[in-house]
Amino acid sequence: MALTPVENQTPGFVAAVAAAAGAFFGLFIGTAQGSGLMGVVGGAILLGVMGFVFGNMTDKEKPLRWGILAVFLVAGFVFAGFPGLVLGGLFGWFFGWFIFWLATSRYRAHLAPYLTPGQVLWHYSFRVICGAIFVFLITPILVVMPLSFNAENFFTFTPEMLRFDPEGYSLKHYRDFFTNADWQQALWNSVKIAPMATILSVSFGTLAAIGLSQPHVPFRRAIMAILISPMIVPLIISAAGMYFFYSRIGLQGTYFGVVLAHAALGIPFVIITVTATLVGFDQSLTRAAANMGAGPVTTFFRVQMPLILPGVISGGLFAFITSFDEVVVVLFVGSAGQKTLPWQMFTGLREQISPTILAVATILVGISIVLLATVEMLRRRSERLRGMSPG
Amino acid sequence: MSDVTDATTGKRAPTPDDALRIADSKQGGPVLAADGTPLKRSLARALRVQKLRALALIAPLLIFVLLTFIMPIADMLFRSVENSIVSNTLPYTTEALADWEPDTGEAPGEEVFQALYYDMFLAAEAKEHTTLGSRLNYENSGISSLFRGSGRSVDDVGEDQIDMLEDQGEHWEDPAFWYAMMSGDGGATDEGILQQQRQRLANLTSDNFGGEIGFIPGAEIAGILPRTVRAYTAFALFTAIADEDVVAEEEPWEAVKVALIEDLRTTDLSGYSGPGAAELQEAQGALADAEPISYRTAFEGMDKDWADSDVWRTIKIYSPAYTTGYFLNAIDMQKGPDGPEARPENQQIYIMLFKRTLFMSLMITGSCILLGYPVAWILANLPARSANMLMILVLLPFWTSLLVRTSAWKVMLQQQGVINDTLVWLGLVADESRLVMINNQFGTIVAMTHILLPFMILPMYSVMQTINPTYLRAAKSLGATNWTAFWRVYFPQSVPGIGAGSILVFILAIGYYITPEIVGGTTGTFISNRIAYHISSSLNWGLAAALGSILLAVVLILYWAYDKIVGIDNVKLG
Repeated sequence: MALTPVENQTPGFVAAVAAAAGAFFGLFIGTAQGSGLMGVVGGAILLGVMGFVFGNMTDKEKPLRWGILAVFLVAGFVFAGFPGLVLGGLFGWFFGWFIFWLATSRYRAHLAPYLTPGQVLWHYSFRVICGAIFVFLITPILVVMPLSFNAENFFTFTPEMLRFDPEGYSLKHYRDFFTNADWQQALWNSVKIAPMATILSVSFGTLAAIGLSQPHVPFRRAIMAILISPMIVPLIISAAGMYFFYSRIGLQGTYFGVVLAHAALGIPFVIITVTATLVGFDQSLTRAAANMGAGPVTTFFRVQMPLILPGVISGGLFAFITSFDEVVVVLFVGSAGQKTLPWQMFTGLREQISPTILAVATILVGISIVLLATVEMLRRRSERLRGMSPG
Repeated sequence: MSDVTDATTGKRAPTPDDALRIADSKQGGPVLAADGTPLKRSLARALRVQKLRALALIAPLLIFVLLTFIMPIADMLFRSVENSIVSNTLPYTTEALADWEPDTGEAPGEEVFQALYYDMFLAAEAKEHTTLGSRLNYENSGISSLFRGSGRSVDDVGEDQIDMLEDQGEHWEDPAFWYAMMSGDGGATDEGILQQQRQRLANLTSDNFGGEIGFIPGAEIAGILPRTVRAYTAFALFTAIADEDVVAEEEPWEAVKVALIEDLRTTDLSGYSGPGAAELQEAQGALADAEPISYRTAFEGMDKDWADSDVWRTIKIYSPAYTTGYFLNAIDMQKGPDGPEARPENQQIYIMLFKRTLFMSLMITGSCILLGYPVAWILANLPARSANMLMILVLLPFWTSLLVRTSAWKVMLQQQGVINDTLVWLGLVADESRLVMINNQFGTIVAMTHILLPFMILPMYSVMQTINPTYLRAAKSLGATNWTAFWRVYFPQSVPGIGAGSILVFILAIGYYITPEIVGGTTGTFISNRIAYHISSSLNWGLAAALGSILLAVVLILYWAYDKIVGIDNVKLG
């Protein structure tokens, strides 16, 4: 939707801005080839000329953009082989889009008409800054994935990988993960501990959350503070306290001890999500059920539970991921027999660093994507339900 | 009853509390419930039942959390002041030391060394003397080897006198003879001594030394030979329960014989006619001319440090069951002759670590604000569709395992890592001068900023969502520049979000362990890493507990502030 009527820019303006962009990218190409200055000048001249020429031919935008892309692809391939092809393609696509985006003043169309040129510039600079922060957020997670297919035992991209040579890639780290007894034992321990801890915290937590959302609860604030505290107290302190206390009562180094500790850590998440869901729950429904002769248990399972289920499930997922990812407490409370996946990763990172960790990391990222998707789905569903429910 | 119907038409469902208030406000005669009881009382009962039901629902979880979480924390706090190891291991010595004045600069007298002999002998048998040695070594280095060495040679004290005693006849090496003498002749028995020694051994070791041992000291012999019976009872308990042997078949320890020699020097045997009376009198006669055992000389022979009043001062200072010593250590101080004093310069690290932890947590919080604010702003101001797409980029790191993100940063920041490789490839950095970005403060701050950034963005975002964009437009239409409109209108409204996010990030950052441990090297570690080191490597649990307690206090203050500013109920996840 266009807010501002626009007309095509002059070729001079397009040429100047495009030359600036060209100089910027040219700097990197230039330094990579040994001379930054050459890169700056070359990039500026190339893009400046392109901007000046194509700035006048906005009516033939589509074929021209394909043309630019093709030229850059070929140039990149001739210049630096396969990686050059990819880079050239990216540059070609970007410059083609950028020149016409400038030339047709599309960048101005959906901004408010009263903005000064400075404000327009700031608007886009701000977007670029935010984009950089998003890149910062997501890059570390993305970098791990291709590296886990590395054929060498390196933690960086090998020249073969950059050439997209199939030789440079392999599944050997995944094979190692699935065949190595240590990793399998760790995976199995995690799978045994996390669901038990989740069941404990969800069952206790849901009951308590229902109790807490009743209208009259004495000492509500104090109780809430105690129940949330496992989330606030630094993990190292929880771990130290649990280590001292559990070794006094003989729970240190046992499966049961680790499950109890993880259940305690997961409880705040269940409490928070379930009480948040219960805010939207209409208490008169339970009264109506009781009125029609249902006992408290029937009311809970047939009326209340189905309605708060999304909250309970997402609380459970939080509790699960807390236990599944947890390493500090299990490091102290557990013994070698309870070595979980994060623990194994931690020792791996500290001592004999092996790229198998990256394969495991990629699998874990996959799991977290699934969990994130589930939680988001549940959240939207419960928001929709809340929007529809009366009161 | 018109008031009641008014209440029911309100948006909120009526509660007994409302009705109670209504019933209260009625000035006229008492309103009755359907069953004839006054409405007020009936409502009060209903309210009570409701409260009880709510508490009954909460109780299981509350008990669970108290048992699995709060008790361990309380235990840790207790450990930071608990110090019964000295008085448990050396009960007689600490008692005897009570009268000794450390200021004289002289080692204590003979009776203290004698008490030390019995304590040390039993501790060495139970192999607990080294534990105490390493405990006291935290306060005065050198005590550990002193205790270990003395524990080895404590058997040799009074060798000559024991030889003289054993020369009197085979019976002094006969277990059955000793057993008969110490049990008495079926006469009165003394359970008290047994209980005392049982308690002493239970304090000394982690075992409770309960159970039948097949020996009860005789009352008559206990009156005549108190030290001997005491030592023999300890020996009998240890033999029967720790070694699982029969008391009557084991020859007593040297300490029992030394105690007998000591007792024979002073006691009057004339009225005694129980088992072994003749042998005792014979021994007393033979030992009358023997040189008395000098415990002090013996201990000084083992290690000349026993003559050092500093060692004794340390033992005396740490003999009470509770101490502030660990907390003093945690702030680079120690207990000196005239109260708390600073530790030597080269041993001061904790204040520096606390300062570094605070500084780095502040840096991390600061960078999170800088990076989080624009992102939260753009998320709150974009159309819902694109905002939801971008939100995934924030939530994915939030849901990704901490170790995955930490290992990713290790991969990125290493000298042969992705960032350095890219910089070298671009020619910005020469191959031989690759940047050092890991195992220092920079690595920790970058990695932790990335890890904690979602915790900053989410609270800021939820606050910014509620700020009406028309305020900004109104400000601009009134002539404000971009900057003024932002700084004077938008920013003040977003401060609660910054506050909530900052406290959350700061609380989380200050106690971080895993990330600093992996990417922090030596200069980028936090106080948590030191706590972990004391728990698992140096085994100085008391100091770990004291450091933990200080950290906990800081966090709880922040938690309290967070509760005041944001409210715990308003914490939202995703």
